[in-house]
Amino acid sequence: MTELERYELAEGPAYHFEVSRREFAKVLGGGLVMLLAAENARGQESGRGGGASETAPRDVAAWLHIGADGTVTAYTGKVEFGQDIRTSLTQAVAEELRAPLGTVRLVMGDTDLTPYDQGTFGSRTTPFMAAQLRTMAAAARGALVELAAAKWNVPASALDARDGQIVDTARGRALRFGELTQGQALVRTVPADAKPSATPPARWTIAGQAVPKVSAREIVTGRHRYTSDLTRPGLRHGKVLRPPAIGATLVSLDTSAAGGAGVSVVRDGDFVGVAAPTAGEAARAMERLKAQWKTTPQPSEGQIFEYLKKTPPEPRDGEGWNRGGQVSGSVPDAMAVAAVRLEHSYTVAYIAHAPLEPRAALAEWQDGKLTVWTGTQRPFGVRTELAEAFRLAEDKVRVIVPDTGSGYGGKHTGETAVEAARLARAAGRPVKLVWTREEEFAWAYFRPAGVIEVKSGARADGTLTAWEFHTYNCGSSGIRTPYEVANQVVEFHPARSPLRQGSYRALAATANHFARETHMDEVARAAGVEPLEMRRRNLKDARVRAVLDAAAERFGWPRAKAPGRGCGLAAGTEKGSYLATCAEVSVEPDGSVRVRRLVTAFECGAVVNPDHLRNQIEGAMVQGLGGALFEAVRFEDGLVLSDRFSRYRIPRFSDVPELDVVLVDRKDLPSAGAGETPLVCVAPAIGNAIFDATGIRLRSLPLIPSGIPAKPAS
Amino acid sequence: MRPVTGWYNGLMALLELKINGASRRVEVHPECSLLSLLRDELDLTGAKYGCGEGQCGACTVLVDGRPTRSCVTKAAAVAGRDVATIEGLEQQGRLHPVQQAFIDTDALQCGYCTPGMIMEAVALLRRKPDPATPEVVRALEGHICRCGAYERIVRAVRQAAGAKSGA
Repeated sequence: MTELERYELAEGPAYHFEVSRREFAKVLGGGLVMLLAAENARGQESGRGGGASETAPRDVAAWLHIGADGTVTAYTGKVEFGQDIRTSLTQAVAEELRAPLGTVRLVMGDTDLTPYDQGTFGSRTTPFMAAQLRTMAAAARGALVELAAAKWNVPASALDARDGQIVDTARGRALRFGELTQGQALVRTVPADAKPSATPPARWTIAGQAVPKVSAREIVTGRHRYTSDLTRPGLRHGKVLRPPAIGATLVSLDTSAAGGAGVSVVRDGDFVGVAAPTAGEAARAMERLKAQWKTTPQPSEGQIFEYLKKTPPEPRDGEGWNRGGQVSGSVPDAMAVAAVRLEHSYTVAYIAHAPLEPRAALAEWQDGKLTVWTGTQRPFGVRTELAEAFRLAEDKVRVIVPDTGSGYGGKHTGETAVEAARLARAAGRPVKLVWTREEEFAWAYFRPAGVIEVKSGARADGTLTAWEFHTYNCGSSGIRTPYEVANQVVEFHPARSPLRQGSYRALAATANHFARETHMDEVARAAGVEPLEMRRRNLKDARVRAVLDAAAERFGWPRAKAPGRGCGLAAGTEKGSYLATCAEVSVEPDGSVRVRRLVTAFECGAVVNPDHLRNQIEGAMVQGLGGALFEAVRFEDGLVLSDRFSRYRIPRFSDVPELDVVLVDRKDLPSAGAGETPLVCVAPAIGNAIFDATGIRLRSLPLIPSGIPAKPAS
Repeated sequence: MRPVTGWYNGLMALLELKINGASRRVEVHPECSLLSLLRDELDLTGAKYGCGEGQCGACTVLVDGRPTRSCVTKAAAVAGRDVATIEGLEQQGRLHPVQQAFIDTDALQCGYCTPGMIMEAVALLRRKPDPATPEVVRALEGHICRCGAYERIVRAVRQAAGAKSGA
């Protein structure tokens, strides 16, 4: 199991309650129901011959239903945010069931209908959920074969599943799945450790193909309803009063002018909000509230790196954090005899996820039960937040996640759901709350800022002998080096962040790769060894070497030197994926920088959908470009200054370089997730290319918020 | 049709306009944006809220054929005009070539920016049936795709242009 990162915010619930078989039959109707036991389920009854048993498990990871009309419905607690897992998981189920893609439907992220799930993050859907759905679908195929065998009174081994049917080739007959499940009410359990004969990637026919996104037509016609598009009878529109600065507390509130027909005003502690028949009325009621706040001095961006280095978290918060790292050999001894000795500090700024759909929730109370539609990456976590906020049992709360307008790790929390539910309770009607862009920029959480201090020693030929790596605040993802170094100290130092911070696509792997791969370039330059050769010299890991070579080959490394142009590269591994990125930049006399070309070679085991994988990698490169070049949250004394798109620059069409993706498809290896990792090498590759072009070493992200600095950084 | 833009109640404006070819009579607050009229009053939710300052393009619709940021356009300002939204693009179950090209090139991830991009591209291709890549980039520069599918979106628009002029 992948280690969770501290910023993933992923506590499980205290209890898992048993799901009765009767409930499944009730919810799903007749047909065949397959339940897949969760890995952590205790006291499982083992199934027959690795197939399915008749007992409902205590904890269920996923379930699947085949109706009398042959429709296959798979249920998973994962959610779709643009990473295309609705499509890739549908492909996985269709593949193993031998069912046409169009007959498979996926119900996702609904706490009443889908099994418990920690959340959609950490690139874990493909390695874990897809594997689980495959296991279950393969077992379902086995069950269907058994049903047909019993019906025809032939051995199961004589039968095949193909194109939604069980086929008896020898006798030239076939039964459709629906014909087999008709009139049945079968509930079968697949044990967590079942190993039914899942199809090896080399023999995939549906998975592994570039099928179009299953929801594409709904989206291009505008018919898909995101949370912010939903409505309910009697709907009210909500608005929440935000403090003037971080850390401000409410002193007094005068609501006398805010009332009006159908307008509800709520004050509950420091929470102040209104609900009104239209969004305009809600906004106008809000303007008539008179609030007094007390602010306290807060750190500003100019002091942030010093602040993070010298401000450890409260001891309580620091407990149980994975500080990452390892210690081997003796760094001081190795440093003492090293031919090349370097010591540098690197920084990364806070950046914003800026999902194009801001946080939104629609809450409705009915007979003591709360239903909330909201775009969150953790539907079950948000259910817990709601249950705690309103002192309800969890079965009195339902969270439904419509396919959402992206998140990138920024929508793990349920604040909008709680706010909408509080307003709905006061209004006695359903309330929809859509955060404004300004709220999303100022009151959501950020990718952590941080400082990384690196000390290294190498022999004259560039072979590393000492490596000391300290990361402050960013997090520990990607903190370990894939290069071979005998003497190492690697440590993560948590800090108390003045801004709210949390998950962000690839987490700290971006910051840690930036520091490491920039530093590697510095060692190579100091030793006078060509940067690609220097990396190869220190690298044993065959998978990193393979992507490094693949990227270099496609890029044409090394490129002939041209005036004003520079090339850089970076490599790494994170979350089971391996990658290398090469960048070419041009620097104009006025100091502006254009990234001309990015080549990323990526390997994540067996590829499930090559076109969607390419799309994810290209998108990650573009997102990485923003954080590399110009994205930074500006803040001053508790006030976020960069609170709209006109004040926070993110990549646009004209910023996009030529993008080239090399997929290294390893059909012999299990598939890893790929939605995050492809962005981690973008920043160091570009930074190294800028150095190649100018001789100026940039050690802070963003690299060039306003062009190349006039004086070289020391 | 004569547009009606009378004030009454001292509070609400009454206006007539065409939406996707059909005449509509609606009552709106003078401060109400075109985006809010479409989404909240008429339940046409294809145009999206993304920023409220005309910076992201998610709310783009066509007013008399011109791409317009509906979030910074007052509803009352489009009285008597012809408003086209993404919902009106598909004809008798047939997708517009731009819509089809977005599917074919997988030019979307979360899809939230897609309706605005498509409307902008439809207007571009009407004015310029076969735009070169830099022209597509210039026309779409005011749109944000945070998922970063930019290269594919350009490809989709060029492909749609080819499908239209080549067919």
